[in-house]
Amino acid sequence: MAIRTEKMTLNMGPQHPSTHGVLRLELEIEGELVINVKPHIGYLHRCFEKHAEAMTYPQVVPYTDRLDYLASMSNNFGYAVAVEKLLGIEIPERVEYIRVIMNELNRIASHQVALGTYGLDIGAFTPFLYLFRDREYIYDIFEKTCGARLLYNYIWVGGLSHDIHQDFVKDVKAYIKYFRPIMDEVNNLLSYNKIFIERTANIGVLPADVALNYGASGPVLRGSGVKWDLRKNDPYSIYDRFDFDIPVGQGWHGTVGDSWDRYYVRMLEMEQSLRIIEQAIDNIPDGDVQSAIPKRIKPPAGTAYTRVENPKGELGFFIISDGSVNPARIKVRAPSFVNLSLIGEICRGHLVADIIAILGSLDIVLGEIDR
Amino acid sequence: MHEILNNLIGNEIITFLIAAALPLVFIVPYVMLAVYLERKVAAHIQDRLGPMRVGWHGSLQLIADFLKLVQKEDIIADNNDKKLFNLAPILTFAGAYAAYAVLPFSSAYIGSGAEVGVFFLVAISSLVVAGILMGGWSSNNKYSLLGAMRSAAQIVSYEIPSVLVILSIVMITGTLSLAEMSDMQTGYFWNWMIFGGAEIGLTKFLLIPFMFIAFIIIYISSLAEVNRTPFDMPEAESELVAGYSTEYSGMKFAMFFLAEYANMFAVSALVTILFFGGYQSPFGYVGNLLGIEWLVPIEQVFWFCTKGILFVVVQIWLRWTLPRVRVDQLMALCWKYLIPYALVNLIIIGIITLI
Repeated sequence: MAIRTEKMTLNMGPQHPSTHGVLRLELEIEGELVINVKPHIGYLHRCFEKHAEAMTYPQVVPYTDRLDYLASMSNNFGYAVAVEKLLGIEIPERVEYIRVIMNELNRIASHQVALGTYGLDIGAFTPFLYLFRDREYIYDIFEKTCGARLLYNYIWVGGLSHDIHQDFVKDVKAYIKYFRPIMDEVNNLLSYNKIFIERTANIGVLPADVALNYGASGPVLRGSGVKWDLRKNDPYSIYDRFDFDIPVGQGWHGTVGDSWDRYYVRMLEMEQSLRIIEQAIDNIPDGDVQSAIPKRIKPPAGTAYTRVENPKGELGFFIISDGSVNPARIKVRAPSFVNLSLIGEICRGHLVADIIAILGSLDIVLGEIDR
Repeated sequence: MHEILNNLIGNEIITFLIAAALPLVFIVPYVMLAVYLERKVAAHIQDRLGPMRVGWHGSLQLIADFLKLVQKEDIIADNNDKKLFNLAPILTFAGAYAAYAVLPFSSAYIGSGAEVGVFFLVAISSLVVAGILMGGWSSNNKYSLLGAMRSAAQIVSYEIPSVLVILSIVMITGTLSLAEMSDMQTGYFWNWMIFGGAEIGLTKFLLIPFMFIAFIIIYISSLAEVNRTPFDMPEAESELVAGYSTEYSGMKFAMFFLAEYANMFAVSALVTILFFGGYQSPFGYVGNLLGIEWLVPIEQVFWFCTKGILFVVVQIWLRWTLPRVRVDQLMALCWKYLIPYALVNLIIIGIITLI
C-alpha cells in the first residue's frame, strides 16, 4: 500500500535568516526533499541603471558602491575602467598600484563575509565572528584612507578620491602578517571539521559544462574546476605584472564542483590576494593620484564594455555614450545574478537543509542582483 | 523528604503542593545562571565580551530579558489551533519539570524516592516530544511543522541508544533507583561508574574502557534529546527560522525556553548519576571530617549541582564550536553507529559482570 503524500510549497524568504538579503525562494517540497526551487528577486530594486542615465559620469560612482555592497572598491574599479576606456585616458602608475591593493583587500573582506556567513548557514556561529573581527581591520584601513567603511566612492574616473595616508603601507603589511595564521585557524575550526565536510561535500555539485552554459563566473566557476580568472585571462589595470595562482576546485572531499570546493576556493583565493598585495605594496611609485582626473568628463559618442574580476565573479559594465555629460545607457552584468540562476539546476533532489548550504556556497549579494 | 514535610505541616495536600513546587526553587535560578553562562561562554569563545551593561558584567541581564518577555504581547494567529497552541508550551515544560521529581539532589532530598527512578525519567522526558509536536502542528506554519516532525523523529530515535546505556548501568548496579545508584558510588572519585564502580577487582578494570564508550554514547544521545547543537535540527535557525517555536511569543516562548534549559540540566544530571557518582563528593566530605552531620547533605547538593552544570557548560561549549549536522546524517549516526555500539557494549558489560 503506497502512502499518499502531498507536495508542499514553502516560501523561504524574503524574511528568512539565511537567504543573504531579501531573496525569496519558492520551494516545492515533499517532506524534506526538494523537488523544485524557484528564486524570486526584485525586493531590492533601486533602478540603478535608469538613475545612471540622469547623472553625470562621476556622479554614478557612489551608486556603483551599492551594487555589491561587500566589494564597493571592486565595483568602483569596474566602472572607472569602463569610463576610462571610453575616454581613452592613461592612468598614473601610482593610481593603478593603489587600486589593485584596495581591490585585493576588498576581495579578502568580501570572502571573509562569504566564508563566515557560510559557516553560519551550516550552523557554526563562531568562525563567522572571527572573520568579521578580521574584516574590521581591513575596514579600518579603508576608513583611514577615504573616510568610509563600507561604501567608499574611492576609485574615481581617472584617479582616486584621496591619496593613501602615511601609515598605509605599514598598516597593510601588519595586516598581512596578522591574517595569515588566522586562515589556518579558520581552516582548523571550520574547513576541516568533519561535520562541515559531511554537510557540504557532494552537495550541490555543479559540473563544469553546466557552469559554463549558465555563464557562471568567479569562485563558483573555479570551484567547478575551470581555470578562468579575468586577472590572468584578460588582464586589466596592471594585473599582468603580478605572480599569483588561480585556485580551482579539485574535489578535495567529494566531487569536483561541490559546495565544499566552492567554499575552499574562496579560502585559497584570500591567500593569493595576500600575495598580490605583498608584491604591490613595496612598489607604489610616487605621483599625484588626481592628476589624470579630467576636469569635465564628456566621452565621445560610442560604446565600451569592460569586465573585471569581482570577488563574486565577472562584473561587466556596458556604457553607451551619446557624447553628452550623461551616459545614454549603462548596463551591468552582475555576477551574483548569473550565479543565482544556477540554483534551480543544482538544488533539485536535495534536502531543505542543503538548499541553505548551496545558496550560501553561491555567495550572492542581493544589492547586485536587483540593482 | 515527604515525611519530614508532612510532620512539619501536618496537612497531606499542602505537603504535596509544597513538595511539587520545590524543584522550581532550583530551576528558576539555575536557568538564569545557565542562560547567563550560555551568553558569556559563547561570547568568550567568539572573542567578544557578551552582556556587560546590566549589573556587574551583565549579571542582571537575565532579569531584564525576563521582564521584557513578560511584557510582550501574546500573539496568536487566526488560523492557529488555539487549544493545542496554548497547551503545547505547558506540556513541554511539564515534561521537563516532572523529570526533577526523581532527581536525587542529595541523600536527604529526593522529590520522590521512586524505586523506578530511571524508568520514570526516561518515560516522562518523552512527554516533551508531544509538546513540541503539538506546538509545531497547531502553529499552522510550515517551518514549525517541519521542525516538529524533525524533533519527533530525532528524540524518539535517540532514546534507544541512551536507554541501552542506562540498561547496562542498571545491569551492574542491579537497581532502578537513582538514589541507590548514587549511593553505590560513594567514597572517592575512583569509585565512580566511569572508573568501573566501587567494587575493587578484575571486573572494575575490565569495565573502565566500556564505561567510557557508554558515557560517550549517552552524552551524544543526550545532546540530541535536548535539541542542542550539533543536533539542533528542530530549531535550526538558519534553515527553519525557529522551528517549532516560530509562532510563539512572550511567556509561551519563555516556557519553551525554560523547558529547554531545564531539560539540559536533567540529562546532565542523569549522566552525572550514572557515571560520575551523582551527589557523591569526589574527595570525601568536610562534614564527616568535622563531625557535623547536617553539613553532608548540603555538600551533596553542591556537588550534584556542580557536576550537572559542568556538563551543561560542555553542551554550551559544543554548541558554539560545532556546525549542525543534517537530518538524514543525524538519523544515520543514531541507527548505524550509536545503537549497534551501544548494543555490543551492553552485551560485553553483561559478560564482564558475570565473571
